[in-house]
Amino acid sequence: MSDVRLHAKHSRAVRWMHWVNLPLLTLMLWSGLLIYWANDVYRIGVGQLTLLHFFPDAVYARLHVNHRLAEGMALHFTLLWPFVLNGAAYCAFLAFSGEWRDLIPQKHTLHDAWRVVRHDLHLSSRPLPPADKYNGAQRLAYTAILLMGVFSVLSGLAIYKPTQLPWLASLLGGYPAARWEHFLFALGYLVFFVVHVMQVARAGWNNLRAMITGYELVPTTDPDPAPGGQP
Amino acid sequence: MRRSSPASAPQPDPRREMARRTRRSFLMGATAGLAGLGAWEWLNHRPMLDGLASPYRRLLGLNERLSEHLLFDSRHLARQFPTAAAGWPRVNGMEGAPDATDSLADWRLLLAAPNSTPGAPSASDFSLSLAELQRLPRVSMTTELRCIEGWTQVVQWAGVRLADFAARYPLFGSGNNASAFPYIALETADGGYYVGFDRESALHPQTLLADEMNGAPLTPDHGAPLRLVSTVKYGIKSLKWVGRIYASRRRPPDFWAQQGYDWYAGL
Repeated sequence: MSDVRLHAKHSRAVRWMHWVNLPLLTLMLWSGLLIYWANDVYRIGVGQLTLLHFFPDAVYARLHVNHRLAEGMALHFTLLWPFVLNGAAYCAFLAFSGEWRDLIPQKHTLHDAWRVVRHDLHLSSRPLPPADKYNGAQRLAYTAILLMGVFSVLSGLAIYKPTQLPWLASLLGGYPAARWEHFLFALGYLVFFVVHVMQVARAGWNNLRAMITGYELVPTTDPDPAPGGQP
Repeated sequence: MRRSSPASAPQPDPRREMARRTRRSFLMGATAGLAGLGAWEWLNHRPMLDGLASPYRRLLGLNERLSEHLLFDSRHLARQFPTAAAGWPRVNGMEGAPDATDSLADWRLLLAAPNSTPGAPSASDFSLSLAELQRLPRVSMTTELRCIEGWTQVVQWAGVRLADFAARYPLFGSGNNASAFPYIALETADGGYYVGFDRESALHPQTLLADEMNGAPLTPDHGAPLRLVSTVKYGIKSLKWVGRIYASRRRPPDFWAQQGYDWYAGL
């Protein structure tokens, strides 16, 4: 008897949708940047003082973004189809497979998430709270990213057809506000990506391999593996 | 034939089994990645149509048809703002603008016969003065001018509805058979800038032939003496210094659509 065994973690559907989403989201962000450049008005600042302008000229120069609005729009409005369909398929899969139960926040999720964050930042020596497939921080993050996707589509639709869907733009605070929100969600994906990749790197190969093969190796003594703290 | 019960089945070593599955997944991933890369290369190396690889044009066409059938309704109106919110949009480009030699004083609007040739005014074009046009019902709206670049400016416009113009003058020919002509073409007086509209958008109640902006007659910078404004299109379709207009069976040429932008550009 071996000391480890294979444990099925991610279904084939989830793995495909996860990896298909990676290039699609990247290209949506890229084409979004090409579009945003034509009116790059957002910044972090107070009054006249600008602390950070989105985006610094060096970023545009490095990525050769300038004067590519038409190309950006064509890409954005083409790739939105596979991007939205993949996202919709994921939502449908969660609903029908019942896997949404692993994802949505529960009563203790907020408290658990706080403990996980403190633990991962080495601010607390308490062990990780017991977790199911995903710990509290993951439940929050993976639910948030799903809602962000939904709101990206809605805010995108609001600025795509503001005259045909005036109620949608109004709901989001008007056309200029909807554009700003659409941009904010895009930044949100970048933040998610950075944290996600850092956490995956921390969690190690066994965990990442599960998103590739579907399986992870767990000790045979462990009847119901609870790999808390792994993305 | 020998059948082995699960209990006596040889247990593969989990680590070797994992390595086998990993290899298989990577092979699968590499194949899918290469297929994706190939599709991307194909997509971007198709023949160009007006500055865009043809698959993008086809997808924009699909979006256009979906927009027309699922979203567009001439009863859908853009939000109106209080007149006090109105301001001045920037003059964003000089494409098609009149130069010093162009006289605006002897300006007349040319109404050409349906299916006229783009950019070729003819002696048979019907012409009318600004004063004649101003006899049509006067309309004012304070709405967002939305630039395709992403900025907006609330502006108060006044003028006449293109729909009222089409009802009074023979835009669709002597029989005024609108359904025969799905498109409307507009050109600046010198033909240097031109836009195409689908008929439904052109006849939308918030598509105006405007002669007044923020309470004053249009200045040459903003399209004097007459310009188009529409809440159902980006600003690139809001043609200044309107010179000639005609209905068309074929999709009319459009200045920015020839340079990689979506022809429909509908909001």
